[in-house]
Amino acid sequence: MSETIKKFLYLNRKAPYGTIYAWESLEVVLIGAAFDQDVSLAFVEDGVYQLTKDQDTTGIGMKNFSPTYAALGDYEVKKIFIEKESLDERGLTLDDLQHLVWEDEDDDWAEKDSIKLVSREEMTALMEDADVVFSF
Amino acid sequence: MSTLHTVNKSPFEKTSLDVCLSHAGAGASVLLLEDGVYGATKGTAVETRVKQALDSVKLFVLGPDLKARGLSEDRVIEGISVVDYAGFVDLAAENDKVQAWL
Amino acid sequence: MPIEVNGKSLETDEEGYLANINDWEPGVAEVMSKEDDLELTDEHWDIINYLREYYEEYQIAPAVRVLTKAVGKKFGKDKGNSKYLYGLFPYGPAKQACRYAGLPKPTGCV
Repeated sequence: MSETIKKFLYLNRKAPYGTIYAWESLEVVLIGAAFDQDVSLAFVEDGVYQLTKDQDTTGIGMKNFSPTYAALGDYEVKKIFIEKESLDERGLTLDDLQHLVWEDEDDDWAEKDSIKLVSREEMTALMEDADVVFSF
Repeated sequence: MSTLHTVNKSPFEKTSLDVCLSHAGAGASVLLLEDGVYGATKGTAVETRVKQALDSVKLFVLGPDLKARGLSEDRVIEGISVVDYAGFVDLAAENDKVQAWL
Repeated sequence: MPIEVNGKSLETDEEGYLANINDWEPGVAEVMSKEDDLELTDEHWDIINYLREYYEEYQIAPAVRVLTKAVGKKFGKDKGNSKYLYGLFPYGPAKQACRYAGLPKPTGCV
């Protein structure tokens, strides 16, 4: 059975906790990781808020799923794109976000950066280049 | 008649905050909660609009919702007071009515 | 149906997973494995403890292939395969080991 590898882009546009989209997207990504496709995650607009550091949900009685993003590397999800304009509009920089890495098995498990900061123009190109875009 | 307005939507996704601020009477209280708390942070594209509103209304933001989203209190615009759930209850009790902007 | 562990009654869901992860204690794994007629060895405990550490750090139970790879890295290449894990947990590392470890069913596991 021959299968063609498709480029999947998960497009995340919502903040966490206020709605269920962010967590649903993360679950779909983790499940979809079993299918050996070429997976990229994009965070634009309020989606960039999903990755802020130091989230602590004890006060609102909801599950804090921000630690789960750090597991993405284990699931072979190594391409995470953040749109710079979206950060700027929200007064954020990459330093306000988690530092996500993946371990390269072929390079003695060296940690490599998963996150790449891109411009809106580059984000457009990523979307056009994808075979399938899943929107959350 | 005093009113407490609540806004629980992100100002970047919905117009709730802007419309609320445009309709809140002088001296009203506005509480930002859930995804509304993003409107209370410094350096955003809506910061000027929010600061301008501080001239006529009192602004509050719910602390537990800030914390959940990884936003420390030092990111909050000066003049906006951080309250906890008990403070939310006090605000609701102090005002004659509550108007929710969804 | 609740399970009895050291005199305490712990709530489980319809598939036998603990309802509350904070209820877990080693006795949970002992009781559950006894019901499956399985004797827990140090090798079983390595996996159970690893699953609990993984959950503590990432707030999810790892998928089988993620677990397999991690076990190979941590406990030696000869153990990083599904044959080894299924040898320890015949009902499957996800369904059996995660249940013993008190974790919810892994995401995407049917």
